[in-house]
Amino acid sequence: MEETILTVNHLKKEYEGKPILNDLDLEVKKGEVVVIIGPSGCGKSTLLRCMNGLEQIQSGSVKLREDTIEAGAGNLVRIRQKIGMVFQNYELFPHLSVLNNILLAPTKVQKRDKKDVKEEALKLLDRVGLRDKADSYPRQLSGGQKQRVAIVRALCMNPEILLFDEVTAALDPEMVREVLDVMLELAKQKRTMVIVTHEMQFAQAVADRVLFIDQGKILEEGTPEEIFKHPKKERTKQFLNIFQFKKVEERKIS
Amino acid sequence: MPDLGLDVLGKGSNLLRLLGGLGIALRISLIAVVISIPLGLLLGTLMTGKNVVLKFFLKLYLEFIRIMPQLVLLFLVFFGSTRVFGWQPTGELSAIIVFTLWGAAEMSDLVRGALISIPVHQYESSQALGLTKGQTYCYVIIPQTVRRLIPLSINLITRMIKTTSLILMIGVVEMIKVAQQIIEANRTASPNAAFGVYLVVFVLYFLACWPISLLAKYLERKWG
Repeated sequence: MEETILTVNHLKKEYEGKPILNDLDLEVKKGEVVVIIGPSGCGKSTLLRCMNGLEQIQSGSVKLREDTIEAGAGNLVRIRQKIGMVFQNYELFPHLSVLNNILLAPTKVQKRDKKDVKEEALKLLDRVGLRDKADSYPRQLSGGQKQRVAIVRALCMNPEILLFDEVTAALDPEMVREVLDVMLELAKQKRTMVIVTHEMQFAQAVADRVLFIDQGKILEEGTPEEIFKHPKKERTKQFLNIFQFKKVEERKIS
Repeated sequence: MPDLGLDVLGKGSNLLRLLGGLGIALRISLIAVVISIPLGLLLGTLMTGKNVVLKFFLKLYLEFIRIMPQLVLLFLVFFGSTRVFGWQPTGELSAIIVFTLWGAAEMSDLVRGALISIPVHQYESSQALGLTKGQTYCYVIIPQTVRRLIPLSINLITRMIKTTSLILMIGVVEMIKVAQQIIEANRTASPNAAFGVYLVVFVLYFLACWPISLLAKYLERKWG
């Protein structure tokens, strides 16, 4: 049995009196890839943000091993170094070159030797096919390239767990693939990941476990097979059906 | 070539006096810039803060300065402070006060704009990487804010230099005033001098502001 890295316990999160996450429990084990799906506004992105202390929570707890993650707490700087997060809109630093975007946190936060980090960064860039873009600026890159850089930036901190918040939602379809390929590669390397996505096919391919969240609760969870092929709950079926319908529509238009 | 009466500048120390006038204009704007830019940075940062009362008063201050023509502000300080406080500032000091108040107000709005134009995700992705608040500002937010601010604040500086042409109204003998004096003194000998002297004034203002504009353009290209 692999050890548990991340524990979410009775998590409650409200926003302006409206419950977003409602008594939610979750455990992520080392090397596990957990994919979270669900309708817009169901709280899946919020859950991910709670895992990184970006959101104030009302009750319950989020723990990385033994460390409690809480917005505004003093230990956050230390814990966040172990949690890599990639956002929907890449959020590279526009005034820094690709390489400096990657080097900033390892050299300034972890105080690692610049030469070592640079070597590692270039190796990682090479793996995602962007070795030649090291000196480019974010504005010179396509969306897919930016997102791959953002992934490398998170990886270069050597995090224990990676959080992906709808990282392909802002991308053109062609670029979605190149980003998902990088994530599949990470899954193969047995990285621990929590992925929020709307790419159902990808979710099936990459996940060890799929969670379907609706109205701030985990409504159903299981292997990709169980969730996508034999969903038990009516709400899950309904949600997945909407996707099917959407897909047919898309095909007709194109 | 028509007679522009440029010869009047050769008489006595006229050209030097004109340059001296420019010197006064530049000195007033420089002092005002040096005080108002840090002040604007501070006020602008406060304007993005959470204190509602403070924000209200800063907004009021900004709108007041914006709505008032600079000339009215100059009169208010120069004449008003005597009536109200019984204190008579010199024209130059009044000008410095008005330009500083004006510069700080405009600068604070530029700073506020630059700061709020930095997406909240820039803060969040910095935090997610484990940067402390200080590091986030130092390496991510301030460098981006400054890049946005420099072209804008340089534009403000050139506007301040040009607007010094108003301060002759409160008795400061700056370049325009000197030009008028030279023209008046030579009205009969060189009736065309108005053209030539104002032409020279135009060239001098241009020479003072153009390099600053070029610098702004250069920085904008470099960081754009």
